[in-house]
Amino acid sequence: MALDRRTFVRAAALMAASPVRFAHAATPRRFVFIIQRGAADGLNTVVPYAEPAYARVRGALAVDPGHGLKLDGSFALHPSLATVHGLYGAGQASFFHAVASPYRDRSHFDAQNVLETGGRAPHLVKDGWLNRLLGLLPGGGRTAVALTQAVPLALRGAIDVTTYAPSALPQADQDLLLRVEQLYATDSQLHALWSAALDAQGMAGNARGGERRQDPASLGRAAAGFLAREDGPRIAMIETNGWDTHSGQQARLAGQLKALDSLIAGLQSGLGAVWAQTAVLVATEFGRTVAANGTGGTDHGTGAAAMLLGGAVRGGRVIADWPGLNPADLHEGRDLKPTLGLESLVPWVCAETFRLDPERVAGVLFPGSGYRKPLTELLQG
Amino acid sequence: MSAPAIALNRFGLGARSDEPIPQDPQRWLLSQFERHEALPPAWQPAARTPALVGAWLRQQRAVRLAPEGQRSGIREAYLREGREAYVTAVGARVASALQSPTPFVERLVHFWSNHFAVSVDKLLIVGLAGGFEADAIRPNVMGRFEDLLLAAVSHPAMLLYLDQAQSIGPRSLVGMRAADRQQRPRGLNENLAREILELHTLGVRSGYTQDDVTEFARALTGWTLPSDEAVGAVTTTSRFVAAIHEPGARTVLGRTYPSAGEQQARAILHDLAVSPATARHLAHKLARHFVADDPPPALVQRLAETFERSGGDLPSVYRQLVAAPEVWAASAVKFKSPFDWAVSGLRALGRVELPHSQAVNLMNQLGQPVWRPGSPAGYADIGSAWAAPDALLRRVEVAQRLAAQAGSAVDARELGPRVLPGALGAQTASALARAESAGTALALLLVSPEFLRR
Repeated sequence: MALDRRTFVRAAALMAASPVRFAHAATPRRFVFIIQRGAADGLNTVVPYAEPAYARVRGALAVDPGHGLKLDGSFALHPSLATVHGLYGAGQASFFHAVASPYRDRSHFDAQNVLETGGRAPHLVKDGWLNRLLGLLPGGGRTAVALTQAVPLALRGAIDVTTYAPSALPQADQDLLLRVEQLYATDSQLHALWSAALDAQGMAGNARGGERRQDPASLGRAAAGFLAREDGPRIAMIETNGWDTHSGQQARLAGQLKALDSLIAGLQSGLGAVWAQTAVLVATEFGRTVAANGTGGTDHGTGAAAMLLGGAVRGGRVIADWPGLNPADLHEGRDLKPTLGLESLVPWVCAETFRLDPERVAGVLFPGSGYRKPLTELLQG
Repeated sequence: MSAPAIALNRFGLGARSDEPIPQDPQRWLLSQFERHEALPPAWQPAARTPALVGAWLRQQRAVRLAPEGQRSGIREAYLREGREAYVTAVGARVASALQSPTPFVERLVHFWSNHFAVSVDKLLIVGLAGGFEADAIRPNVMGRFEDLLLAAVSHPAMLLYLDQAQSIGPRSLVGMRAADRQQRPRGLNENLAREILELHTLGVRSGYTQDDVTEFARALTGWTLPSDEAVGAVTTTSRFVAAIHEPGARTVLGRTYPSAGEQQARAILHDLAVSPATARHLAHKLARHFVADDPPPALVQRLAETFERSGGDLPSVYRQLVAAPEVWAASAVKFKSPFDWAVSGLRALGRVELPHSQAVNLMNQLGQPVWRPGSPAGYADIGSAWAAPDALLRRVEVAQRLAAQAGSAVDARELGPRVLPGALGAQTASALARAESAGTALALLLVSPEFLRR
């Protein structure tokens, strides 16, 4: 039986000149950011079923109130979100409606840039707010993992992070790994990437005996494998794609939300007891038009919905300064009018998760974006 | 890097071990403009657009006529065939890149295909994506941008991908009739109009408004696929249907376009294609692709001027690029995309094709599935999108596998200087010399810093 990769990693870590990462983490809390790329439809995710205008403007696309999973007298969840609904019942899920970043146009790519950099406008800020958040964490454990091959923009920046995605490829042998390490010794970019890759592999192998499947629940468990470790990263980012439902929305959104629900279920089951220390924020770059379009879908809009899930969440609430869906209530006559800024919500959540000063966090994460003080506590103390 | 190494790598797809090193790099690049074939033999096995559209239309018709219970079976059968067509076309694209004696032009094909990205994430176009590259992109990369734009946005893959095929003018004949009968509302879809403005032509933040998007979308109504009632061979692959076109004049970016049926959207597309904003947008993307993630502004400026002056003549822009001193700067600053890295590795090893399904899997595993970017913006073209821990480890794993397939016949110590003439560093050379086996040496060459960048 040959040495496995994690044994090699340990040996390599001892030899490496750089200090061992993930050395000591000072905070017990975990934060997961799940981005919904493509503009997820908030109105059919957290459904305002009691709003008379909803069924009218959505027509055939409206979620049947009989099928929605009821949250309170005003809102219901899409029927695909059974796990999430269970969390709500257990006081471990809160929902935010009519949410938007400071961005007010309708380009996915610019909007994702704002959502991930925390800039007031697209391309003003070069690094990501999640990377800058790492810099605020106390003591060691200042690292993060993205469950992707490449680093998403929100996690790019001065602090090295790692990435991990389940792979079906045969693993490279140890002699080659060692020689690659030497080959990159004087190339600062490749050396840093390589060290982080080996760390992540070691951690993934240790935690789960190598999770190699790529379905949403497995991806959730893979993320949990990193976060559950005492010496592991405290922050993870997971990407979901495919939310741009211009046509055939009914079936596509149901599938997307089912996958998200499975991802959350995998994350929760993988984290075990650590779930109690975890906050998961789910957000998208903007919402979709209030009215259905001509092709069984919805077009790019403004206000969206966000979710906060986890054992650390003081949940069971829908937090919304509801703007209404009548024509006069809409942003530019077509979109849900935003009444809560992600530039406020993200810093609240991050500050409470890691017990930091919210104003300081807001200044670092979303500088100059008009942060507002929180109205309520979102997490357990 | 030496000038030959720059020509081979920065402009090309990497050297083939069985081809001579270009002695006059600039002439070698420019001569490719005349030598290239729009559809080289490697593409022979792939189905072309008329056949693919024919299959789509037959499916549409069969679904329409079938009883409810049989429809999903028909759709599934179509998607299975579409998936087979996709796999064959990916194999053709990879083989074409491996064999190409005109790799600069091949790179331009890939560049424009990504600029006008369609994604098989939308399953119903899975069969059509190969036809899009073969018939909309490949024949047009050496012509005027306007022709390329028209071919790309009117191709059935794009019409379906960005929902244009179903967009109906609310005041068109069909739209009014549906409203009269209080049928399920069918109407406008602005997806294609928005992406043409934002991604294909002017570029984001260039001054257009939501009203411009909506007006342009109205002008585009009527642009759709052929009727599924036509029997026999498909001759046209898209058409204009007056009955779903929104009547009336349209105002886009301050200019009014009188009612003119199909010509109305064509007139708008013409103005977009030759706009100074489009020139700047495309110049920046080309310079970023070939030169640096943050390209020199003076170079972008010169490319944009050439684009404008020539009325969007693409070869004139490419010639300006080849002539630019900035491009011949020695240091390799672009991190290769997964596709380009894999192709350059296979070319170095002398491979001329891969089994089709292996080509698909290889690109999937490396994180850049062919014709499947996450959005209509296509794949990112900057290093930070590709240079990451897990992605790097994948390349090492793939390199080991490719090296094992090559066997001990290839000596990396000889191959290195051939594929990276004058560009292989002393550290890499010594790592290759010290490797414990021929296979390890080859794998190290493929993941060396010099081979990962261009």
